[in-house]
Amino acid sequence: MVAFTLNGEAKTLDVDPDMPLLWAIRDVIGLTGTKFGCGMAQCGACTVHIDGTATRSCQTSVSDIEGASITTIEGVSGKVGETVQAVWAEMDVPQCGYCQSGQIMSATALLAETPKPTDDDIDSAMSGNLCRCATYHRIRAAIHEAAHRLEA
Amino acid sequence: MLQFRMKKEAVQPTRRQFLIGTAAAAGLAVGYRLIAADPALAQSAPAAAAANPFQAYVEVTPDNKVIIHSSQFEMGQGSYFGIATLVMEELDGDWAQVDVIGGAGNTALYGNLAWGGFMQGTGGSTSMTSSWERYRKAGAAARTMLVAAAAKNWSVPAGEITVAGGVVSHGTDKRATFGELAQAASALPVPDNVELKPREKWTQIGSDSLKRYDSHGKTNGTQTYTIDLKMDGLVTAVMIHPPKFGAEVESFDAAKAKALDGVVDVVQTPRGIAVVGTNMWTAMKGRDLVEVKWNEAKAENRGTAEIMAEYNKAADGPGKATARNDGDAAGALASAAKVIEGHYEFPYLVHASIEPLNAVARVNEDGTIDVWGGHQMPDIYQAAAAQVGGTTPDKVKLHVMKTGGSFGRRAVSDADLVVEAVATAKALGPGKPVKVQWTRENDMRGGRYRPAYVHAIKAGLDKDGKIVALQDHIVGQSILGGSPMAAMIKDGVDATSVEGASNLPYAIPNMKVELTTTDVNIPVLWWRSVGSTHTAYVMETFIDELAAAANRDPVEFRLSMLGDHPRHAAVLKLAAEKAEWDKPLPEGRFRGVALHESFSTFVAEVVEITYKGGSDFTVDRVVCAVDCGTAINPDQIRAQMEGGIGFGLGAILQEELTLTGGVVDQENYDTYTPLRIDQMPRIEVHIVPSTEPPTGVGEPGVPPIGPAVGNALRAATGKTIRKLPLIKNLSA
Repeated sequence: MVAFTLNGEAKTLDVDPDMPLLWAIRDVIGLTGTKFGCGMAQCGACTVHIDGTATRSCQTSVSDIEGASITTIEGVSGKVGETVQAVWAEMDVPQCGYCQSGQIMSATALLAETPKPTDDDIDSAMSGNLCRCATYHRIRAAIHEAAHRLEA
Repeated sequence: MLQFRMKKEAVQPTRRQFLIGTAAAAGLAVGYRLIAADPALAQSAPAAAAANPFQAYVEVTPDNKVIIHSSQFEMGQGSYFGIATLVMEELDGDWAQVDVIGGAGNTALYGNLAWGGFMQGTGGSTSMTSSWERYRKAGAAARTMLVAAAAKNWSVPAGEITVAGGVVSHGTDKRATFGELAQAASALPVPDNVELKPREKWTQIGSDSLKRYDSHGKTNGTQTYTIDLKMDGLVTAVMIHPPKFGAEVESFDAAKAKALDGVVDVVQTPRGIAVVGTNMWTAMKGRDLVEVKWNEAKAENRGTAEIMAEYNKAADGPGKATARNDGDAAGALASAAKVIEGHYEFPYLVHASIEPLNAVARVNEDGTIDVWGGHQMPDIYQAAAAQVGGTTPDKVKLHVMKTGGSFGRRAVSDADLVVEAVATAKALGPGKPVKVQWTRENDMRGGRYRPAYVHAIKAGLDKDGKIVALQDHIVGQSILGGSPMAAMIKDGVDATSVEGASNLPYAIPNMKVELTTTDVNIPVLWWRSVGSTHTAYVMETFIDELAAAANRDPVEFRLSMLGDHPRHAAVLKLAAEKAEWDKPLPEGRFRGVALHESFSTFVAEVVEITYKGGSDFTVDRVVCAVDCGTAINPDQIRAQMEGGIGFGLGAILQEELTLTGGVVDQENYDTYTPLRIDQMPRIEVHIVPSTEPPTGVGEPGVPPIGPAVGNALRAATGKTIRKLPLIKNLSA
């Protein structure tokens, strides 16, 4: 039995402790905004925040999250997260949209840490998130725009 | 994908039928009536039109929703938004009330008009071409009926009624929402003919400020993909596929897997073993415990090294078929002042969409079958599901899901995922839904790749530096061969193997394109921009090399051969002008240009690279000019050019699928490496204003980026890289 906080709510899980957090969130808890893409931390589609840090949930076991505070795309809140989501939609960043939960989780973590990121900061923080539609051009622009709005 | 090169006339709608659905009663009881402007055409419609009327084009519900039933599949490129824009232009609704769902199961309604209307499917960047009249007319017909209902209710002339923002009104005192009029409208006669708005009255089509209606659900995790489906009793199946293409299951032992808590069943499907579990993790653990003995008697045992060696050898011999033969290429080459020749090599490529392939199926107690998935070719999938399920197509209901990419991969004639899901559901028994969810490894090793190709190309210049002859011999697998579309192969030429070469626009008096189709048991498929993925690279880097040999500027050299192709010339000029082609660059920076038409959309791209020596370079900037006829959603045209450039750039720089002894070497994104954000150039897109009918943008941004980068590298190094991917072979 593992106890943790998910999107602000206390949760317990009684599953195989080796089960990756990704599958526990999706198949056991039933929150499907966090996506499966590769299963080996190569694509970033499964990115969640664990105690505020962007983390690949496919390579995090349920046994590793005892006492942790986990945020998924469904739990994004606060000024940074909501600004990122709003800008993402306004600038029509998504194409198929499948990787965008992970992109937004990574972008939000970046802006929380680095409020005024350079292109190099963005490239370095976001290079673990693949987008096969290659919406990267707009992801960069949207992060700059979100930073600009958050500064105001 | 699916570039069928129909004649222009075939692009016009052949079935002038409109089905307007309006709610005849509260709830889900939806009434439909068929409008046929031409009864003969209606009669010639496939029988499915009557037998299976699940859906229509525009549905107005009593709770004031406008639900558009799309013939075209949404895999990210915005086809639903484009179609909704066409409907909304004529309907004058409110975007807040709009949703789009996928229609299927009725070829007469949903057949792709760009392919003559005889099959439903999405590909070849045809969605806007097919929908241009169909969905504007559907919107106009729905509006006319809503207005007529209001006129009757209010006893006023229809001509005095206005419609705006989803509200129908007369003067200042009478107003009604679409929903309030839906029931009355559905009882009225459907107009035989509707007039479409003239271009100057458009407010939606061509609007630069119009945003996608579907972006929010992609930013908060609420858009449902096939992988996210939930339903009572749903279980998950993970597949074990043969280790080599062509191998088959001889026997398997599932005892250990079945003993694992949470493993529901292990069943054999026509395509491999399905391990069914209560969730994905359990199914994967079960999979690792299944022991399978494979029969490799019919397996492909060659690796890509052997295959490419065979292709290179074949390319030096005569072609087995001829795709183009103008003048006397061999004769003109023999007397040319200067001849340049070489072999180009292209690896297999994977679509590698981030949502690994999947489908959900349920066989119902009454014998009907429901299938949810990325139904890019619904007619074929419906037939395949029926065959595997042992029933008839009318008993199969397809639920068209929006998917996390496709790039061609979801349009596969053997209906791979549908077959696996229905076979598994059938084995589990009635009322038990199952999701077959491929892992990344299944996806990457599952075949259906962009074929590997070799081109042997040769061209001659006369003493004045004009191209007098060009001949190209293309060697590779056929995409259409062995599929239900094999009948489209004419005189041994699969158009998808040669498109982009056989229709090269440059004025070259003697030109020959030959094809040798190879027999390799590795399943292949259309991959975003299909034949142009390789032909554009060959033609545009070779033309550039010829320009250099003739001491001519690459832009001016191309323009001198495009007298009969004004749309090609216009995009090339526009890209060159916006990129300041004539302006010198700082040291270490180099430009390259490429021009290519695919699917009747014309694109030119100018790139700027920084070359640092060896294989170390960055692509810094891309200036793109596109002519896709009438621009329906300008910002989505830009988005597709940006995305197409990124997709194409990853492939040309570093994507390659190889096999050793018949076994695929790559399994995941660590070894098969699409572009990442740190490699993405700055991109600017310029759209040529046009009143021509709209053509597609999903694919045409892809082909020019490779050769533009190749040409910039030649400017930097003096060498054309003829073997892809670039980075690996630049250092070789």
